[in-house]
Amino acid sequence: MMRTVRFALRMLSREWRSGELGVLLLALTVAVGALTGVGFLVSRIRAAVTLQASSVLAADLRVDSAQPIDPAVFAAAERDGLRSARSIGMLSVVFAAQRSQLTDLYAVTDGYPLRGEILTATAPFAPGTAARGIPPSGVVWADSRLLTSLGARPGARLTIGAATFTVGRVLISRPDQAGTFSGLVPSLLMNAADLARTQLIEPGSRVHYSALFAGSARRVAALRAWLGTHLRTGERLRTIAEASRQIHSAMQRSERFLNLASLTAVLLCAAAVALAARRYVARHLDSVALLKTLGATRPFILGMTLAQLLAIALLTGAAGDALGALTQLWLVHALRGMLAARALPAPGLAPAGIGVLLAFALLVGFALPPLLQLTRTPALRVLRRDLDPPRAGVWLAFGPAAALLVLLIRWVMGPGRPFVMLTLGLAAFVLALLGAALLLVALANRLRGRVGVAWRYGIANLARRRMDSVVQIVAFGTGIMALSLLGIIRSDLTGGWRRTLPADLPNYFFINIPAERRTAFAAALRTLGARPQRMLPLLRGRLRAIDGRPVESIHFANPRARHFALREQNFTDSAVLGDGNRVIAGRWWSADETGQPLVSVASEYMRWLDLRLGEPLTFEVGGNTLTVRIASVRHVRWDSFKPNFFLVFAPGVLRKETGTYVTSAYLTARQARDLAALARRFPSVSIFDIDALLQDVRSMLTKAILAVESVFLFTLCAGLIVLLAAVHSSREQRRFESAMLRALGASRATVAQGIWAEFAALGALSGLIGAAGASAGAWYLTRYVLHLPYVFDPLAGLAALFGGTLLVAMSGWLATRSVLRQPPLTVLREGAD
Amino acid sequence: MRECVLKAEHLTKTVDGPAGPLTIVHEVSLEVAAGETLAVTGPSGAGKSTLLALLAGLDLPSSGRVLLAGEDLSALDEDGRARVRARHVGFVFQAFHLVPALTALENVALPLELTRQRGARATALAALEHVGLAARAAHYPRQLSGGEQQRVALARAFVARPEVLFADEPTGNLDSLTGANIIERLFGLNREAGTTLVLVTHDPQLAARCARTVCMDAGRMI
Repeated sequence: MMRTVRFALRMLSREWRSGELGVLLLALTVAVGALTGVGFLVSRIRAAVTLQASSVLAADLRVDSAQPIDPAVFAAAERDGLRSARSIGMLSVVFAAQRSQLTDLYAVTDGYPLRGEILTATAPFAPGTAARGIPPSGVVWADSRLLTSLGARPGARLTIGAATFTVGRVLISRPDQAGTFSGLVPSLLMNAADLARTQLIEPGSRVHYSALFAGSARRVAALRAWLGTHLRTGERLRTIAEASRQIHSAMQRSERFLNLASLTAVLLCAAAVALAARRYVARHLDSVALLKTLGATRPFILGMTLAQLLAIALLTGAAGDALGALTQLWLVHALRGMLAARALPAPGLAPAGIGVLLAFALLVGFALPPLLQLTRTPALRVLRRDLDPPRAGVWLAFGPAAALLVLLIRWVMGPGRPFVMLTLGLAAFVLALLGAALLLVALANRLRGRVGVAWRYGIANLARRRMDSVVQIVAFGTGIMALSLLGIIRSDLTGGWRRTLPADLPNYFFINIPAERRTAFAAALRTLGARPQRMLPLLRGRLRAIDGRPVESIHFANPRARHFALREQNFTDSAVLGDGNRVIAGRWWSADETGQPLVSVASEYMRWLDLRLGEPLTFEVGGNTLTVRIASVRHVRWDSFKPNFFLVFAPGVLRKETGTYVTSAYLTARQARDLAALARRFPSVSIFDIDALLQDVRSMLTKAILAVESVFLFTLCAGLIVLLAAVHSSREQRRFESAMLRALGASRATVAQGIWAEFAALGALSGLIGAAGASAGAWYLTRYVLHLPYVFDPLAGLAALFGGTLLVAMSGWLATRSVLRQPPLTVLREGAD
Repeated sequence: MRECVLKAEHLTKTVDGPAGPLTIVHEVSLEVAAGETLAVTGPSGAGKSTLLALLAGLDLPSSGRVLLAGEDLSALDEDGRARVRARHVGFVFQAFHLVPALTALENVALPLELTRQRGARATALAALEHVGLAARAAHYPRQLSGGEQQRVALARAFVARPEVLFADEPTGNLDSLTGANIIERLFGLNREAGTTLVLVTHDPQLAARCARTVCMDAGRMI
């Protein structure tokens, strides 16, 4: 065994020295480099995006409860090496001189916030700067609205319960308040150490306790797993993913795209490895026949082949990993100025391991079957060169490759419909390519008589190298399809994001606008120079029964669903479907249905509560009970930054006198300064400044767009190199043929035209089918995986067709032009390989 | 009488052709004694190379059997026949058949490495010296002329001291002068090693150098 391995390695090193392995090694190294480069970058950017998203929670993970959090939770976090902080929230009246205001008190311990920043200022509604630490003992930071309603300024004394405090600074924002409308009253930040002095917490007080945790992803995951089985009733786990639907949704899309980009790189690798392996086999048939003639047995050749395969995988895996790491370092360096000031977290080592594994898998799936065939080369070939190994069965030839592709797609896409659709789509696409390629080869024979000599030579080549042409069309077509598909959805994705966050997106939300004063409030906003969005009624109520069964009696498998069903909810009504809403089942009501007991439900709500279209739901709103039927299901784009609701009733169903209104508007910094006056005029209205959140999300999306763009560029470059490597695979044969033609008197120009003709025909067909496949794939992925509207872009199709033709013709020409430079005699003497 | 090292009994090889079964070798029987030199001659398509392939165990007869160094090749599978070749047989081909990825020295060392012999490189270098190519040891086949390549092939054929050497038109790809040179070396090495030589050729002059000649026509020995 050891001798076989030694012999195999010796043969390998000899082949390496003679340049025989060049193409296979290059293709695999570039492939692994592309994948790990993307992998490393994705892992770093994903970590940075997660870090930014976690600022919305002020932690990586938090546990909320109406009871003090179980000390065992903190003990577990400490054991796992996580940082922790606590927050305690409650409503209480705050006094300043003669005035008082119901306020959301938020008491925090040292270390808060574990993620994100507290922004404070010296005057109400002024731009905030990041604060260091939390308010010292005896000091509170009050928000702009509280100070306005109390007529107080920083330095004023406020009484909270039994204790008195000094206002230190104006609280502009804290990370975990943004984007949520849970507090409808002004807010104040204080040191948790002072809470006891206020004597506010008594048995029966409504207090909201939170435990905040942060640390490495591995440790957070460990605590999360532990909490899964140890949370007490009433304790609720909140993770980054659910912290903010906006960020989560954007994150999911960028991850899906980056995953698709990785998959594209893998597809390109696979095509290149298959072609390189074919070339390797073709060039080694004679050597294997000779070895057998000299006495080598099949097990010996098999062992040697496997040992060489293993060595190649290790070598290219390591080299590809190094290339990937360097590429990613360069990318991060190049993007440094554009990314957030905070350095990107260090990359995980996972992509490196995956790189080596991928090299193995690609070799086993795409190179092993032809190499196994190589070992079956008959020894008699030394006397009869026309003898090839017996053809492999279809399953052996394509089975491992197909299985590997399915596994890769499953691994990258995760389970579910997109995986199935993508696999079936790819299979249909490859079959279409195969069919078209066979047709082209058949047609080539008919065409050859009707064109000039150079083209005849080129077209004839297509027919003569029948299987090679078919394989090349499949490889080129897949490459063009993958690259243009990625190109189309990249612009859909980044365009979609940019449209999501226009510069004049509302940055202030106004809640609790009394029904009778809503016209006056809108007029006041217009006086400030702002253009308020439409006013939506906001009513609070509870779900009481689903199809007549009381909610309390229903068993929900998901504890989150139970919490969701029981909690107080926000409702609205509307005659028109809001922006960013799409009806995916049932239909939106018409004008005649005003007053009909109908409700439209968001798809998440339907899923969590396991509801069905047409099912009756009973609600209690403002002391009234009403039963409505689910008329439609909506897909809601939560990242649209417009007020959106899980439950929208048909107009005329809700008795709006019991509720309030909500609206939003975009205010410039100068206009925002006058908000203090507005707050005094409408004291019950709560003003939410989401400017800071918008800035955060914008910065995060910029990163995600950048990642998408750079990963796309990287995949594109990798694809080009792989295409070149693929063209290179038929170089030897062309070299001999062109020498032969030139020896027979053909000019260089004639031979060059022939090469162009062959590759242009290959490229045109690959481009045509690639463009069609990319459009179909883009339609599915954009609509069903990335959940963005798909608009067919004929320009993108044409770009794929002509770009593909040109790309294949150019790369074919580049890879084979050296053929023309060598004197025919030298080539002919060496013989055909 | 010297010991018989190669024996063919009623060898027939039939293949499926476009017009039905085609018999390429028909009822051929022969015996070759150790150290004997035998030429198989005949016109193109007479079945000479097929007979050589059957005698060397590169192909199996449709009927009949071959005994090589006492082993019945028909009773062995492909790997068994390969082992017999590794121990007892050397080859020289018309198309040289050097491994393009290996240097001249590595090509010569190949049979020794396959039979796991120690000192393969030194032995191979000595063999190259013997054919006057020590200075070209590090050259790849593509850097050698046709005559040089065939000398490397000769060194490789003799390096493992085989009992039987099969040569298939060894001068077919060479000019007459180089061909003559190669023939001199082939017979010289054969004499020194006492190897049994089975040579397929259509060149009567070359055939005349062998102790015995058999002629084939249309698959039959005449």
